Amino acid sequence: MTNIPIEGGQAIIRCLENEGVEYIFGYSGGSVIPIFDAMVTTETKIKFVLVRHEQGATHMADGYARATGKPAVVLVTSGPGATNTLTGIMTAHMDSVPMIVLTGQSVSWMLGKDAFQEADIFGITMPVVKHSYLVKKTNDLPRIIREAFHISTTGRPGPVLIDIPKDISAGPCTADLHAEMDIPGYKLDTSVDNDTILEIAEALAKSKRPLILAGHGALISRADGSLKAFAEKARIPVTNTLLGKGVFPETHELSLGMLGMHGTAYANKAICECDLLLNIGSRFDDRILGKPDEFCTDATIIHIDIDASEIGRMIQPQITCVADAKTAIDELVKHVPELETTDWRKHLDGYKTKYPLKFKRQGGLKMQHVIDEFYKLSEGKACVATDVGQHQMWAAQFYKTDSGYNWLSSGGAGTMGFGLPACIGAAFGRPDDLHICFIGDGGFQMTFFELATAALHKLPIKIVVLNNHYLGMVRQWQELFYEDRTSGVDLEGNPDFVKLAESFGIKGFNLRRPGDVKRVLQNALDYNDGPCLINCEVEKTDNVFPMIPAGAPIGDMLIELPTKKLEKPTGST
Amino acid sequence: MPKSDKAMHTLSVYVANKPGALARIAQVFARRGFNIESLVVSPAIDGHFSRMTITSSGAPEGLEQIIKQMVKLVDVLHCIDHTYDKSVMKEMGLIKIAVDSEGRSEALQIAEHYGCKTVDLTSESMILQVVGSPAKIDALEEMIAKFRIIELVRTGKVVMSRGQKTT
Repeated sequence: MTNIPIEGGQAIIRCLENEGVEYIFGYSGGSVIPIFDAMVTTETKIKFVLVRHEQGATHMADGYARATGKPAVVLVTSGPGATNTLTGIMTAHMDSVPMIVLTGQSVSWMLGKDAFQEADIFGITMPVVKHSYLVKKTNDLPRIIREAFHISTTGRPGPVLIDIPKDISAGPCTADLHAEMDIPGYKLDTSVDNDTILEIAEALAKSKRPLILAGHGALISRADGSLKAFAEKARIPVTNTLLGKGVFPETHELSLGMLGMHGTAYANKAICECDLLLNIGSRFDDRILGKPDEFCTDATIIHIDIDASEIGRMIQPQITCVADAKTAIDELVKHVPELETTDWRKHLDGYKTKYPLKFKRQGGLKMQHVIDEFYKLSEGKACVATDVGQHQMWAAQFYKTDSGYNWLSSGGAGTMGFGLPACIGAAFGRPDDLHICFIGDGGFQMTFFELATAALHKLPIKIVVLNNHYLGMVRQWQELFYEDRTSGVDLEGNPDFVKLAESFGIKGFNLRRPGDVKRVLQNALDYNDGPCLINCEVEKTDNVFPMIPAGAPIGDMLIELPTKKLEKPTGST
Repeated sequence: MPKSDKAMHTLSVYVANKPGALARIAQVFARRGFNIESLVVSPAIDGHFSRMTITSSGAPEGLEQIIKQMVKLVDVLHCIDHTYDKSVMKEMGLIKIAVDSEGRSEALQIAEHYGCKTVDLTSESMILQVVGSPAKIDALEEMIAKFRIIELVRTGKVVMSRGQKTT
């Protein structure tokens, strides 16, 4: 205990410093004034970024965490300030991203009385947080903040919310700032069962057509190096999920790229034909399963996941391994010999040749062309953020990711409006790297006001607006499955995005013709005075292929636009 | 309450006594469309923790997922499914029946058979307190229904593992 009390807000800032926090993204308001005041009175080194909307703060913290592996903090006021963070919290929760959200709250004695700007954010966010707190005593703050960081960043990471009434942040704190944690229910098991490892090794040794499915979990556990060593030693092909992009180099000869609804044909064919599927850190999301009952029915399925509740949730594996991905792979590699997979790999290489990812170069400007060219010009080294929709899938296909933390995309939640703020957050975390944000005209308009944040801090980001004046993915579904009855997808009335960018003091480029792609993108790359925006007027009605209709077995994959009429998909969205 | 607990699962949950713990647990059931049939919460010997006994009906595989999700909650220390382990399961019921002097002796006879205590008696009614297995209370309910049951309140069952096994 210290004798001279400090204010609760000051204790918060000191505790955040102790946790190594570099950035706070947020928005001020009445109930958080004591915490904002403490940022001044403590003369903290933590940098505060004033966003333009609280949702932006959460996506920035999310992008920062995905790009650096470190958690960032969101600080917002009570009521609407707090509820505006909901989408960002849910996005982080779905994709297992660490994040600490501090929300102001009305004074304690007004709780539940519908005070001005009071919202039960503790209750509202309960289903979308890893854990949450409503602070009742100022002296609890140090313990709670320490617990929050521990919970948020360990095991399967996720967002933790701390709701802080104004009298708590303004009250005196005498507690030790290095308080002990008190979370007896939170157990982290870092061990891996040796018998299970041997069982997996044995199954692999028997397998003729093994396949590794690498997910976000493998990336979170920083298993990329171990995975590469393992796959190379055992000669096993690797496919990755959308969020697993970068955990295994997509340009590696053993890589099949992304699988799933809009994955590569060869990855999906490999899933159908493998006799053993080793899933490392993917939750068998419905985007990759197609029809769960018909998924990999002839293969031995092995599931390694740190979260026991993911095992058997979608797919019942034959071998279960609840463990940290890196720990498990590092053990496994000791017991797995070089497997005889030459025929299998040759067979898959045949698919790579037969069904390559491609697009037609004739006609108008294509999103794929822009992405592919930017991939080449940036030598695949950019940290790429995407929004959600057609451009996201094409970016996943054509911007190959060779290393971890360079792919930021809202996978589970599919949150439009994620891309720009996530890219901004990543650029704060890694200011010396190149950042590209591929974004559609729809998602861009959901959070474009964060251009102000990007401009103000002169962040090195290239915002590529792939502008087809449509909500393209929904339009594609309507074309394919609803006899082309477009409804609610025409974004007429889009502003002039270059002028919009310029109004924020951001350099803008227009790109309309395929012949100009290289020149304009090179100009954008060469521009180094803060952010720039490239408005790409792309073809309005292009479609993403390959495509597995939602809920259909993977074998029903469409390689290109079918000539016959398709049934409405049975799966969700 | 269903008359048979064959499709029922009885779970004991040991949780940190923290605000919101019950809400989080309830959400795990609600989100998956499971109904909580009964719920008993009480402080454990160590006041930092609480004991919960939850009875829920539903498909076993769904329930397995619910247990995993509950264990995942930061506040939950452990969760055990006692459905098939022959643990001690007891419940208390209060049954208020309409009975006057004419039927009183018969009612008391039934009550005695089930080991009930008469905890309230008026000229038109009595309240019986019964303790036992849920099946026993079901049986009493059926027998006593020949009198008009005015109100029936059951605590929901509590469970404890036998011998050295943990609840």
